[in-house]
Amino acid sequence: MSANNNLYKLTFWEKYGSIIKYIGKRILLIIPVLFTISLIIFTMVEFMPGDPINAFLNPEQLTGTVEEVAAKRAFWTEKLGLNDPFPVRFFRWWGQLLRGEFGYSIVKFQPVRNFIGEHIYNSFVLNVFAFSLAFAIAIIVGIKSAVKKHSMYDNFFSVFSIVGISLPSFFMAMILIFAFAVRLQILPFNGMQDPLNIRPTWTYYVLPITVIALGSLASLLKYVRNAMLEVLKQDYIRTARSKGLAEKVVIYKHAFRNALIPVITLVGFWIPRLFGGSILIEKIFIWPGIGLLMNDAYVQKDRSVLVIVLVFYALLTLLGNLFMDVGYSLADPRIREGGSK
Amino acid sequence: MVANKNKEHEKIISPTRLMIQKFKANSLAMFGLWTFLTIVTIVVIGSVYVNVTNYDLADLSRIGTHKYLPPSSENWLGTDRYGRDQFIRVIVGGAISLQVAFLSTILSVTIGITIGAISGYFGGKVDNFLMRVTEIVSSFPFLALAFTLSVIFSDVEQTTKLFILVFILGILRWTGLARIIRGQVLSLREQEFITATKALGISTKNQITRHLIPNVVAYVIVSATIGFAGAILSEAALSYLGLSVNEPVPTWGGLLQRASTSTIMRNFPWMWVFPGIALFALIMSVNLIGEGLRDAVDPKSEIMSKSRKGRRRKREERDKIFAEKELRDKRIGEKAAGIEVKS
Repeated sequence: MSANNNLYKLTFWEKYGSIIKYIGKRILLIIPVLFTISLIIFTMVEFMPGDPINAFLNPEQLTGTVEEVAAKRAFWTEKLGLNDPFPVRFFRWWGQLLRGEFGYSIVKFQPVRNFIGEHIYNSFVLNVFAFSLAFAIAIIVGIKSAVKKHSMYDNFFSVFSIVGISLPSFFMAMILIFAFAVRLQILPFNGMQDPLNIRPTWTYYVLPITVIALGSLASLLKYVRNAMLEVLKQDYIRTARSKGLAEKVVIYKHAFRNALIPVITLVGFWIPRLFGGSILIEKIFIWPGIGLLMNDAYVQKDRSVLVIVLVFYALLTLLGNLFMDVGYSLADPRIREGGSK
Repeated sequence: MVANKNKEHEKIISPTRLMIQKFKANSLAMFGLWTFLTIVTIVVIGSVYVNVTNYDLADLSRIGTHKYLPPSSENWLGTDRYGRDQFIRVIVGGAISLQVAFLSTILSVTIGITIGAISGYFGGKVDNFLMRVTEIVSSFPFLALAFTLSVIFSDVEQTTKLFILVFILGILRWTGLARIIRGQVLSLREQEFITATKALGISTKNQITRHLIPNVVAYVIVSATIGFAGAILSEAALSYLGLSVNEPVPTWGGLLQRASTSTIMRNFPWMWVFPGIALFALIMSVNLIGEGLRDAVDPKSEIMSKSRKGRRRKREERDKIFAEKELRDKRIGEKAAGIEVKS
């Protein structure tokens, strides 16, 4: 204790300055990248087949003589600002975005802002359950697998994880639907809620959560096991053992804590999935999340929704990358040093 | 004497040989390889048959008599709602899947190597710029972007569509490989042999293609194999979403998608079970090969025998060597002790 008092105390800035600088730099870097991505997305959506005016106006509104129709089309084209040159439209769209106006859905006849939150929430609820489940199981099983390397237990879960990685999520969903919804008929086929309130709502969550959890468990398991094996090889683990520490203390206190750092960083990989859901799974289970919203926006050529959802996805991916980089730099200061050069 | 005797048993093998030996000793990887070769052989023979006989994929002549027949000796995997043979459809789907995955992997590996090697070799501004580009591309939500691009090109002809699919998968999947190659080249660049090539006046292009890239080939092969499995999966996902080639040409994802109604799932399971199993078997075999290659390339891994017998034999061999060594040490010790006593 007394020895500590003699040490030079680092000020806050000296201690955390490089981390804060690094994070600040990474956040600043996101802005040009996001801008470029949004430009690409905006351009791509421009080239989508289909006429936005035709999608916007009802067929009844387009009846009448040829001149009337042409006048109507011209009026709406002007009003929606579709005649303006591309850069004007792009920057106007960005201005609206910064003011919190996400555009107007021409299919749902309401501003995108009104319904996008609900879709994000639906995706989030599903994925948060599934990922927590997968994470908890992966840690328990992954540690045991690494400790008992090449045992029956480890071999079983190694095979499980390679099967899980190779099984496409939609085929897994079909197998589970076939077993539990078609044959046993104990779980609903798809949807989010029973229209007649006969089935309890939670039964609708079981199958999608299982599919997402099994899929992510497979890859997570491999990751935890490898991280743990890497740590168990280190010299400090041998030191801990040779000190005569109990095996439990060595595994959970010395090894697992260090293995957890790369695993936690993996959360960055999940951020897009966590809030953005998955097009495939939401389409199979007809789950009204962000993925299904995007799928419907494609089918119905709803451009304003599409652009928002794509930019949202890109932003999530960027934030996930940021999270991972910051996590790695916290775990390994050398990355930070290399980055600031 | 003793040292010489030991050296007689020691064979010197090249790194490549060692990798092949390690791979062969890995029974799971070999299983994957044989499964993969079997699937490829069946698909190749099947598509040759389809091409030679000009098999009509849109054949609707048997719609009345052969609708939804279960698997039999005539229709090995049953028939679909138009009375078409499911076996042929699964094989044609496999051919498309393999072609798209193969070509897109070649494309993504080429881009990845080029960008990674240039970025790592030149460093500085070039590196900074290329890594920003890589970051932008890797920030694209993959499936979402592939989805958008496929929608944009949804009106083109079938064969063009296949190439566009290859292009989409190839152009979005190179970032991971580029990062690995860049890292490797960055560290290789500092080594003496590259300084030697510079001193010898070898051109920059040859320095990269002849001296740097051969040193990273192992990583490229592993990454390409894993990427190949990923490409098969992505192709299936896109065709499940209806963004690949359309009817009458079958794709595995398309076959699964059309069978995912409750009536078909309940009554005609062969409609979705077989394409699903084929897809799963192909992806898994490639993943097993990839895992095996990763182990084989890793210089730290040992030749491992997965069978119990092989492991026991290896353990016994090791024990024998240890026992001999112990005995020798003991004798030397005794000798030393004897000398001490004598003197």
